[in-house]
Amino acid sequence: MSVKTLKIDGEMVTGRAGETLFNVAWDAGISLPRLCHVGGLSDVGACRLCVVEVEGQSKLAAACVTPVEEGMVVHTNTERLREHRRLLIELLFAEGNHVCSVCVSNGHCELQDLAVQLGVDHVRLRYQHPKRGVDATHARFGLDHNRCIFCTRCVRVCDEVEGAHTLDVSGRGASLKIICDLGEPWGQSETCTSCGKCVQVCPTGALYLDGASVGEMEKNRRFLQYIVTAREKREWIRKG
Amino acid sequence: MDSQGLKPRLATIWLGGCSGCHMSFLDMDERLIDLALRVDLCSSPLVDVKEFPNVDVTLVEGAVANEAHVHELEIVRARSRIVVAFGDCAVTGNVTAMRNAFGVEDVLTRAYRSTSAVVVGVPDGADGMVPRLLPRVRPLHELVKVDYFLQGCPPSADEIYTFLNELLEGRTPTIRRFG
Repeated sequence: MSVKTLKIDGEMVTGRAGETLFNVAWDAGISLPRLCHVGGLSDVGACRLCVVEVEGQSKLAAACVTPVEEGMVVHTNTERLREHRRLLIELLFAEGNHVCSVCVSNGHCELQDLAVQLGVDHVRLRYQHPKRGVDATHARFGLDHNRCIFCTRCVRVCDEVEGAHTLDVSGRGASLKIICDLGEPWGQSETCTSCGKCVQVCPTGALYLDGASVGEMEKNRRFLQYIVTAREKREWIRKG
Repeated sequence: MDSQGLKPRLATIWLGGCSGCHMSFLDMDERLIDLALRVDLCSSPLVDVKEFPNVDVTLVEGAVANEAHVHELEIVRARSRIVVAFGDCAVTGNVTAMRNAFGVEDVLTRAYRSTSAVVVGVPDGADGMVPRLLPRVRPLHELVKVDYFLQGCPPSADEIYTFLNELLEGRTPTIRRFG
């Protein structure tokens, strides 16, 4: 196994060849902001919040999809990065209809938490107020497209962990949309196993348990750690 | 803020919101007495003043939803040293702005023409009695410079008190939530 030595925020760290900057930083105690990465699922670099500066490269690199290289010098928290991240959060708020005050995830939302963490106190961009719908056809879950940030965690957990691949993405740009099967109402899906993993990995209130009211939806992702530990280490250990 | 030995002048105003932020203001309970000793409340929905005065700080509740709000906000900005977006509607548009996805005509039709009971017709604002709705509800900072953003729907009494206390003590209030 080849080992790479690099510098992150002035600290010398090592990682295995092929390991991502995100994971190596994580092991070094640096938690990068993210909305699409979740431990146990593949990485897609969708949200761009984990962007870092690599010396010698003019472009910013998304740490979750950048493999470590020997001699890299990485900065994870410069003013340039903080401003980019703030703008990304503002773009997400402006793009959808995130009306926090009437959201099931108000107070337990990763998007909301990151806004505070990054010092976003208002959105400088014009709110788009797109006309999106809510799929409330499933007996146990709801999909509120207004609050979706297209992180695709739900798509990946459905495919990679549950193995159902009910959820996917259709369209491009402003018409991007999470769909069930070939665009059927969720309640009519023949592939959905109603496992609810998608709900638990969703960082916002876009996916929720039916019946949850404002601020009541708290996500629990411990099942994912359990399944991934079981798969990778063959250890069936349930914590909590 | 208190350079001439006078108490800082505070105002509040209510634009396109539900008055919940003002209710939360009242929820400061006995701390209102403390505040009353430290500021002059010069204008507010709770104070009967016809002409908006010159003040140090104005808390603006609500989004900008109609022509009257635009006018009032411009006056507030011109006559306040510090303008605070007071609550989510003022900061983001919030619930007030949810009509933006539909367009003003559809909303008026739903509210005034498609009602199951009395159909009174749409108030058009031509007689000056009712201000005309803007095509799009907007947060304050799209129209005027806003100095501080106080989040929450509504901001809790504790948050309002902490915020005002920081301002009065000459410190910069920090953000503790979004939305």
